[in-house]
Amino acid sequence: MSEQIQQIKVTIDDQTIMVDPGTTILSAARQIGGNVVPPAMCFYSSLKGSGGKCRTCLVEVAAGSEKDPRPMPKLVASCSTTVMDGMIVKNKSSERVLDARKGVVELLLINHPLDCPVCDQAGECSLQDLAFEHGASHSRYEFERREFDQIDIGEYIKLHMTRCILCYRCVYTANQLTDNREHGVLKRGDASEIGTFIENSLDNEFIGNVIDVCPVGALTDRTFRFRSRVWYTKPMDASCSCGKCSGNAVVWMIGNEIARVTARKDKYGEVKEFICNDCRFNKKELSDWKIEGPRHIDRHSVISANHYEKAAPIHTPLLNKA
Amino acid sequence: MSRKLLLNNVHVEGIHTYDVYRKTGGYAAVEKALKSMTPEEVVEEVKKSGLRGRGGAGFPTGMKWSFIAKPEGVPRHFLCNADESEPGTFKDRYLMEKIPHLLIEGMILSSFALGCEQSYIYIRGEYMYVLRILEKAIAEAYQNGWLGKNIKGSGFNLDLSVSPGAGAYICGEETALIESLEGKRGNPRMKPPFPAIQGLWQRPTVVNNVETICAVVPIVNEGGEAYAGVGIGRSTGTKLISAGGNINKPGVYEIEMGISVEEFIYGDQYCGGIKNGKKLKACVPGGSSVPILPHYLVCKTAEGTDRLMSYESLAEGGFATGSMLGSGGFIVYDEDQCIVRNTWNFSRFYHHESCGQCSPCREGTGWMEKVLHRLEYGHGKIEDIDLLWDIQRKIEGNTICPLGDAAAWPVAAAIRHFREEFEWHVKEPNACTTRNYGLVTEKVFEKVNA
Repeated sequence: MSEQIQQIKVTIDDQTIMVDPGTTILSAARQIGGNVVPPAMCFYSSLKGSGGKCRTCLVEVAAGSEKDPRPMPKLVASCSTTVMDGMIVKNKSSERVLDARKGVVELLLINHPLDCPVCDQAGECSLQDLAFEHGASHSRYEFERREFDQIDIGEYIKLHMTRCILCYRCVYTANQLTDNREHGVLKRGDASEIGTFIENSLDNEFIGNVIDVCPVGALTDRTFRFRSRVWYTKPMDASCSCGKCSGNAVVWMIGNEIARVTARKDKYGEVKEFICNDCRFNKKELSDWKIEGPRHIDRHSVISANHYEKAAPIHTPLLNKA
Repeated sequence: MSRKLLLNNVHVEGIHTYDVYRKTGGYAAVEKALKSMTPEEVVEEVKKSGLRGRGGAGFPTGMKWSFIAKPEGVPRHFLCNADESEPGTFKDRYLMEKIPHLLIEGMILSSFALGCEQSYIYIRGEYMYVLRILEKAIAEAYQNGWLGKNIKGSGFNLDLSVSPGAGAYICGEETALIESLEGKRGNPRMKPPFPAIQGLWQRPTVVNNVETICAVVPIVNEGGEAYAGVGIGRSTGTKLISAGGNINKPGVYEIEMGISVEEFIYGDQYCGGIKNGKKLKACVPGGSSVPILPHYLVCKTAEGTDRLMSYESLAEGGFATGSMLGSGGFIVYDEDQCIVRNTWNFSRFYHHESCGQCSPCREGTGWMEKVLHRLEYGHGKIEDIDLLWDIQRKIEGNTICPLGDAAAWPVAAAIRHFREEFEWHVKEPNACTTRNYGLVTEKVFEKVNA
């Protein structure tokens, strides 16, 4: 089968790769890996319809395809533009892209409270990473920032709308993973907010996953709030036998206590196996879990900085054999 | 007097009723098309006519129609975009209010050409009384056999209904319109796929402006070539212009494309000159989202040739010295108007109407509004002007839909042409809250008198 698919050639920042037709520029870049991957705040590969909103993944298409080598006049969102044969894409090699991205970061931050010192997401926040890599050192915004009240949506989840960047990921998650559509975006423009309309609680068996998909600290785990900075906790791969989900998770430990449980994220911060609320919020005893070993934390250097990983990286052949 | 194709009979008593409309030659085009033409021939006539979309972008309608996918067994839809909410534009309202049957006739012709059996008119929520006029007209058309099953024995079926929006400017963007019509939040979709492939309920869909659809009627009646004979160059036919601002005779005018802007502003049969004998300061020729033109670029292009009312001539010089015909919302400013205040006002509109889906537009429109507000009320700083320029540059072209561009262009053009006035607002913080720049200085007019 795989031989029958005619692969097509795409060049991103002078690196060429053959990909299947229908691949987006972003996923082609991820196949190359490394420095050519554009950042993505709203795109989430397992959520249908996500992407295109944050505009941080904008890239320049220097040549549309082999047949039609004209450049595209506008920057395009790499998460939703499919590649053509012979397409030449410029990401970090294009001044225009870097400039536009800097602009997007500045605009994303003007209404963000920048309360990282008290935010639970700090250390594993995509917006922090993005601002660190692409943002300016100061903001030119001198007006009052948008503010919302904090809401408890359900027993386990806190919605801190002030921090939200409206990526819509949680909306898609709730729509696609759970039975009922329970929350969405209310209002319009910069007044829009994530909400449950009449302050219903979100109580679906998989709704806890909205915490994992949130790129910022807008949705946080109430069982973990203010317990510890993430970089003081030790992430361990763990599994349990669960009837509802795969049971594969990461437990974040303080000493011998489990501080919180999350799903396993890949290096782009995406969860492949969503876990159920039971695993996430209720199984806080060591006896509930079978610990597999230390979690490899890739991009979030703050978390991995002080850890054993440097001494014994999990991907060494020695460990893999064992 | 230039030729009229749409508003010929607009002043006939009772033209909004079926009987009068029929007596003045209404529904002849449908009769002609159903009896003697195939759908392809109608599309061909529209292509020949060179008709371009009247909603703002000016995309050739015939070409748009030919893009529609025709998969076997999948119904197609034709939608009328009556969500006219651009500040300064009110031509569609006039058409629908006065001659609703013209739109219905156009809808039948277009749906016939595209093979659609279910068509919708999406009307903005504020036009509720127009909706009632349209519904009455549709009921009359059903009664007389112009809508429904097997229209006039031709075997062509068409159902037509009107659907109101909830009053969002963004729903005039075609994919947001489709989302809204499906009953969802009116957020624009990512393109591709274009509506011609996957539109309403994932079916092939064409969305056209009210005026475009009405123009199909004279095209079928008189033939595409005859229509193309009216107008100038690639701007064929007539265009409705909603003129407003400081002119003697505001209103909707049907003009033949290619008359000069000077004639339009000062001609007695059109705007009738600037009110109270004042001087022209600036003009927005195509609705609030197109770049504003300073007085010395309104009647003449940068090259010194006469500027004409056509897609090409108004756009001559690009955004540096030109503008766009847009949707035809012609706003004229006299010497006493404050450009900063005007820009702030437009900006406030876009801030309010941004859907909030993509970040540059959601955050940028609000920021621009705040900075402009600060400038207008005398709290601005000189760096604010460059800051504004920078914000608009970060929005333009980086958003999902054209609303971001529409919010950025007026700000960019105002700074480009009226920078002095912005600076005056910073330098004279007390004066700018009590007087307008135009009342203080004659400097702006040196160029026109020279």
